[in-house]
Amino acid sequence: MTQKLVVIGAGMASGRVLEHLFDAGADYDVTLFNAEARGNYNRIMLSPVLSGDKTYDDIVTHDADWYAEHGVTCRFGEHVTEIDRDAKTVTGQNGTVPYDKLLIATGSAPFIIPVQGKDLPGVITYRDLDDTNAMIDAAARGGKAVVIGGGLLGLEAAAGLVERGMDVTVLHLMGHLMERQLDESAGFLLRRDLHDKGVKVICQASTAAILGDTHVEGVMLEDNTGLEADLVVMAVGIRPETRLATDAGLSVARGVEVNAQMQTSDPDILAVGECVEFDGHLFGLVAPLYDQAKVVARTLLDEPAAFVVKELSTKLKVTGCDLFSAGDFADGEGREDIVFRDPMRGVYRRLVVEDDILVGAVMYGDTADSSWYFGLIRDKTDISEMRDTLIFGPAYQGGTPLDPLAAVAALPRDAEICGCNGICKGQIEDAIAGGATDLGTVRATTKASGSCGTCTGLVEQVLAVTLGDDFVVPAAASICGCTDMTHEDVRRMIKSQKLTSMPAVWQECGWKTSCGCHVCRPALNFYLLADWPLEYQDDPQSRFINERKHANIQKDGTFSVVPRMWGGITTPDELRAIADAADKYMVPTVKVTGGQRIDLLGVKSEDLPDIWADLNAAGMVSGHAYSKGLRTVKTCVGTDHCRFGTQDSTGLGIKLEKELWGSWTPHKLKLAVSGCPRNCAEATCKDIGVVCVDSGYQVSIGGAAGMDVKETELLVQVPTEQDAINVIKAVTQLYRENAKYLDRIYKWMGKVGLDWIKKRIVDDLDERAALVDRFELSQSIYRKDPWAEHSSQKADSYRPLANLSLEAAE
Amino acid sequence: MSNWIDIAALDEIPQRGARMVKTALGCVAVFRTGADEVFALDNACPHKAGPLAEGIVHGKSVTCPLHNWIISLETGEAQGQDEGRVATYPARIENGRVLLDRAFLRARVAA
Ligand SMILES: Cc1cc2nc3c(=O)[nH]c(=O)nc-3n(C[C@H](O)[C@H](O)[C@H](O)COP(=O)(O)OP(=O)(O)OC[C@H]3O[C@@H](n4cnc5c(N)ncnc54)[C@H](O)[C@@H]3O)c2cc1C
Ligand code: HEM
Ligand code: SF4
Ligand code: SF4
Ligand code: FES
Repeated sequence: MTQKLVVIGAGMASGRVLEHLFDAGADYDVTLFNAEARGNYNRIMLSPVLSGDKTYDDIVTHDADWYAEHGVTCRFGEHVTEIDRDAKTVTGQNGTVPYDKLLIATGSAPFIIPVQGKDLPGVITYRDLDDTNAMIDAAARGGKAVVIGGGLLGLEAAAGLVERGMDVTVLHLMGHLMERQLDESAGFLLRRDLHDKGVKVICQASTAAILGDTHVEGVMLEDNTGLEADLVVMAVGIRPETRLATDAGLSVARGVEVNAQMQTSDPDILAVGECVEFDGHLFGLVAPLYDQAKVVARTLLDEPAAFVVKELSTKLKVTGCDLFSAGDFADGEGREDIVFRDPMRGVYRRLVVEDDILVGAVMYGDTADSSWYFGLIRDKTDISEMRDTLIFGPAYQGGTPLDPLAAVAALPRDAEICGCNGICKGQIEDAIAGGATDLGTVRATTKASGSCGTCTGLVEQVLAVTLGDDFVVPAAASICGCTDMTHEDVRRMIKSQKLTSMPAVWQECGWKTSCGCHVCRPALNFYLLADWPLEYQDDPQSRFINERKHANIQKDGTFSVVPRMWGGITTPDELRAIADAADKYMVPTVKVTGGQRIDLLGVKSEDLPDIWADLNAAGMVSGHAYSKGLRTVKTCVGTDHCRFGTQDSTGLGIKLEKELWGSWTPHKLKLAVSGCPRNCAEATCKDIGVVCVDSGYQVSIGGAAGMDVKETELLVQVPTEQDAINVIKAVTQLYRENAKYLDRIYKWMGKVGLDWIKKRIVDDLDERAALVDRFELSQSIYRKDPWAEHSSQKADSYRPLANLSLEAAE
Repeated sequence: MSNWIDIAALDEIPQRGARMVKTALGCVAVFRTGADEVFALDNACPHKAGPLAEGIVHGKSVTCPLHNWIISLETGEAQGQDEGRVATYPARIENGRVLLDRAFLRARVAA
């Protein structure tokens, strides 16, 4: 006897079920409901429809003839409103039908973030043809679109809208795009390629409200950035459409729960597609739905079958953004990361191997071999035999080793190699072609690496790339095991290639690890913030604890707190506030430092925000006693009180400290100003020292009084206080821009030479002024009190995440 | 009844960072990696009891802030030349929340 099958939802999953059923010659009388006013079509092809590469007709999978041929009663454009399990009927907006078997295939609904303005006209989601047509209409009117959500759907919507001429910005909550499928490196390349297509991307953007009166006009972010928008597309995720099942009393968790036969808690009701939950899994891609569809058909035919969850892979349907990800690619213990980067072709590949089995893969730029890798992951193939060449794909079994020169080979001819003399790669190549085959001749003909010398490594690499085996690069110490490049090489790359983020450096310099280590990350963080103060955002997680917590960690895990005393001057009020704080927080040790200020030692982490707030309230700020940055400016009393004083050394010290504080430098930076050559402030063993004389100010640099002891060398004598301040700012900036991370000034000076520094700061007044301007630009961001910021905004992060002290163990 | 204790939202731990959880028997450090996994370890380096929660997190390791020992977050084992191990406790993420196994409190009593 013919049974009645009612299907709710004509989507990608139910379409497959019906095909399998009819192919097997099943004897079912089918009624197909669909809320959309149309039958089954290929939903994943909506993106090509949006971009204009396809039309709706191209993506229809089942047409009126097909339904007629199989005797399917179509009730399209009709919502099902109720399932009555006792009566075994389904009720739609236009009436009730009985069923013997029922299939729920309602898919999922887009998630709408609950912000003000979400219901305004012009705010749409991306799920069906109507949404797609709404976007096409909006794009025809031109203007600006904001896409909320940088996942698969959001990026496909953004690319389509750009294709149709809109000005598009994508807002993404997380730090990099498609964070569920990609790691940071691949996310960086994707962002760059999208940017080249004209899609702007803002990461870590949290939407606060959608603005507008009668129609959307803009989007406001939590940080108060405002963006204009004529269209807002919300693509922040989906949620299984389970309302009917819940109302019918079926067992529903996040999705409609099914067994391996795809039956719900009522055996006559089956469910398939994105609306289901199986064994804790939800589904958002078609591959598993097609497997489910087969099982549903078998179950309806009373044949045994069981659904199993398999590994999934992701691709993005945006032309020019070739990416692939599959499996689990989190790194770690027992897992080996194999990374390959080809900066020339913009290729990134990362394979994660565990126990001789490939468990995950992320690829960007060249995904030709993705199905081969996916096969290895899915089949859990033992890869021990091909491990060494695995990264090169199936064609390279026997392959070539990684090329440490790839990064330099990839540089364009106009990439600046020598910053001092403005020499580009092309000029060096030309010199080599003209017969300069060693470093000395290249230097003589082009001047490249002839000044400060820090680009020597890169010049040698250009020689090696151009001459091949005829030139051997002398071994130089790389930053750490993550890279073959030296500090100097990387600094030049950051400047000349405008690398403004860590993933950009990792990719363009061919980092061998996916995200660096504790040695290279702090160095890169400094280089990036020194070279790109506006573009780069400081990364606290790449800083050593002292700089992350703005206090010095002590051997017992407590911290020290050193408030600034400008130029070593304090007041009774400040001293009282310090004394009060020491009492209140039971500070065990109060010590006078060698930097002319007071150190409160032994403060507990969770007390830091409070003690800072108290010190702030008394007008004091962080002394940065913990930073690779400006520490103190030590002074003597000078003309104020001393009978020998020639200038106001204390005043100059205070001014210098107020100008320089908060700046980050390659290593710590200590200054002193003495009022006469008797030098009571010991200025001539500081990084930068000033000795006042009758005729002006002697600025000298490169002193040290630590493991090495060195006297400063005279940089210049200047007549006015303002000149002294400018010279000091300029030399500080030159040091920030050129020195290797963790080189004090004396070490840097030993490498570039005092004459090189003098040429820029003493002889070339334009250069001095330009350095001062760049220093000021950076200070516009960094000259602020981190204590105030942390105690008001980040206090929680200093406290325990939870306190379970009272939680009983048993 | 589940044996997992809800500790806090994942967002409250910075990526490649850690936060501390106080217990009656000392502090446990809860780490979050760049790939959003969580791990719980005693907050005391096997070398000289450095507070691991304050270290730099890279991959599934943390570098101790006091003398740069590198500790595996998965096994608690010191890496490279150094030898030593800290206790680890089960931790997981569910719906954006960080959970610790109640058993860890008991384990700490026994330890
Ligand atoms: C733009 C876009 C691009 C995508 N790209 C890809 C991709 O590249 N690769 C990939 O694997 N996946 C992709 N997906 C996901 C894929 O389309 C879905 O996983 C798949 O469509 C889910 O199939 P389904 O049958 O479960 O649900 P759907 O295809 O959503 O079908 C459910 C149908 O049920 C109807 N319905 C719901 N409730 C009722 C009711 N009460 N009464 C009547 N009818 C109802 C709905 O109107 C809908 O037509 C994409 C999705 C979108 C939106
Ligand atoms: C690698 C070598 C060094 C290490 C590890 C080191 C360590 C420290 C530490 C931990 C502090 C801070 C104490 C605290 O407030 O918690 C400190 C402060 C200080 N150190 Fe050193 N130091 C080094 C080299 C030097 C050198 C070379 C000098 C002198 C030129 C020096 C002079 C000082 C002074 C004057 C202070 C007090 C600073 C202030 O008031 O802010 N230190 N040092
Ligand atoms: S350096 Fe000169 S001016 Fe300063 S306190 Fe000493 S003697 Fe006086
Ligand atoms: S001299 Fe040595 S012991 Fe004293 S504070 Fe400096 S680093 Fe510590
Ligand atoms: S205490 Fe951790 S390395 Fe010394």
